[in-house]
Amino acid sequence: MSKTLFDKVWDSHVVRKIEGGPDVFFIDRHFIHEVTSPVAFLGLKSRGLKVLYPERTFATADHNTPTINQHLPVEDPLSANQLKALEDNSAEYGISHWGLGHKKNGIVHVVGPENGITFPGATIVCGDSHTSTHGAFGAIAFGIGTSEVEMVLSTQCIMQPKPKKMRININGALGKGVTPKDVALYIISQLTTSGATGYFVEYAGDVFEKMTMEGRMTVCNLSIEMGARGGMIAPDETTFAYLKDKPLSPKGADWDKAVAHWKTLKTDADATFDKELTFSASDIEPMITYGTNPGMGMGISKNIPNAEAVEGGVATYKKSLEYMGYNENDAMIGKKIDYVFLGSCTNGRIEDFRAFASIVKGKKKADHVTAWLVPGSHEVEALIKEEGILDILTEAGFVLRQPGCSACLAMNDDKVPAGKYAVSTSNRNFEGRQGPGSRTLLASPLVAAAAAVTGVVTDPRTLL
Amino acid sequence: MAYDKFNILKSTAVPLPLENVDTDQIIPARFLKATKREGFGDNLFRDWRYNNDNTPKESFVLNNPIYSGKILVGGKNFGSGSSREHAAWAVYDYGFRCVVSSFFADIFRNNCLNVGVLPVQVSAEFSEKIFNAIYDDPNTEIEVNLPNQTITILSTGAQESFEINSYKKENMLNGFDDIDYLQNIKGEIETFAEGLLL
Repeated sequence: MSKTLFDKVWDSHVVRKIEGGPDVFFIDRHFIHEVTSPVAFLGLKSRGLKVLYPERTFATADHNTPTINQHLPVEDPLSANQLKALEDNSAEYGISHWGLGHKKNGIVHVVGPENGITFPGATIVCGDSHTSTHGAFGAIAFGIGTSEVEMVLSTQCIMQPKPKKMRININGALGKGVTPKDVALYIISQLTTSGATGYFVEYAGDVFEKMTMEGRMTVCNLSIEMGARGGMIAPDETTFAYLKDKPLSPKGADWDKAVAHWKTLKTDADATFDKELTFSASDIEPMITYGTNPGMGMGISKNIPNAEAVEGGVATYKKSLEYMGYNENDAMIGKKIDYVFLGSCTNGRIEDFRAFASIVKGKKKADHVTAWLVPGSHEVEALIKEEGILDILTEAGFVLRQPGCSACLAMNDDKVPAGKYAVSTSNRNFEGRQGPGSRTLLASPLVAAAAAVTGVVTDPRTLL
Repeated sequence: MAYDKFNILKSTAVPLPLENVDTDQIIPARFLKATKREGFGDNLFRDWRYNNDNTPKESFVLNNPIYSGKILVGGKNFGSGSSREHAAWAVYDYGFRCVVSSFFADIFRNNCLNVGVLPVQVSAEFSEKIFNAIYDDPNTEIEVNLPNQTITILSTGAQESFEINSYKKENMLNGFDDIDYLQNIKGEIETFAEGLLL
């Protein structure tokens, strides 16, 4: 029978099907971090359970870590306590732990792929909704809750009903200044934040085929923002070239055997989807959000829609604009901004820093703008220095911080003050997401860079 | 984590008719720093519920003494955003045992089922009926009957049935969780793992 890529990976990981219930689903790779794992370990302890396959779980500290002075003790006692719990639990159960200060430390969804922990056809989970990032490699990857973290630790399985399948096709050439982030924000603006709930998405078409792995990760990362559990892209030569010789990728004959299998991981020509959508690359502009969910986005040159023109509740929409301090029909171009955040599991990779640098090169940061440039990992940080990007950033008046999730969810000190506007390359513009009262405009690294040097929302195409 | 069994719940309900209520509103990230599952109910809807100086915002429904109960009725796409189970813990810890919405985000729904909060998805029309009934009379009782899979507005008799898979239903009725099940088939899981390439 014809199968989709998703079917092939899902079906090969079902240990047992339960009549009228979920599948018992085997997990190849499990990432844990300090925020969503402590209670899972407490559960193990209270039941007297062991970790079944400690070699399949990888711990990294990221959500709660400071992005300056990482060599000093963490000041916030609650954060320090969570970091210590991750370290102690990992040691007790024999789990690899890349804590603060470790040379491989960084955001879980950045360090996983760059170390070859992620691979095509894998099933990957983490107590973090942006686990969907790893779908860029043709893996089924999604976020889970802490109860499920405990299940994976103790049995390497979770109980999941198989989601429905959706394919999103985009063909054609992307215009100047249009990045993978814009493609994702465009799709979400078309589907809304619940348009793909209940589905697992496959992205297909030459736009995705031509994308780098970094770009594919950005797109798959944002799948959750349209409600999908995850998104995936069929592995190809770009995928294999990225993974070859990564520290934990298979080597020698094992590599050849793995690649031979990975090449079979594509949707059969006559396989069908529960829903199929097609968009045109030429319709996509650099995007920006104006509201308080990622579906409230539009081409940067457009005006904020009228409440009557949008799907859903007028009251919710108006509450959202009121929170943002914006009005229907306002243009976004020219709006004053206060903060710029470059980083996160969405856009904290080397390509994102290259893009940012391409705009700010030879210019100066606007005086009133506070900019937080946070690499996704120490490896990204090293590349920024190696490629001379740091010199460009420094020359333009920017400072590079240390790796972590940072202002994406503002669990550490990187908080945008109440009422202030931040152009962020992260993934959520919810009320208070970047600090109580903060106002977030989601955009690409190019749009963030353009805002950083002009101090207002600016079309990056005018600076390229 | 063990939780109380769920059978038939009869209670007044708290209305929150906003759409896309995300998990950052249910429990903001800065309250995720605990290493134990305790006290999350205090910070449920923290930034909608309290001013910066920690005084209650009178306009928010949880601060309105007219509304109370073990059922929270939300708008469409309830629980979108982050995978934090802390959101479901906060809902449970505050005292809600059931959340009603015309549409739930996947991970939040799953997390609720794992911690003993019953997510009841109803039609948009029925959701409207519930809101209207509560606004007409805040003492209106709603009955959520898990064995029969029905939800009823007792004052009007309006009723709708809801979906839940039979496995999860058994768990909720008995207070079981998935780990109990998975532990029992560990041998089968180990045999499966031996056949994997990587």
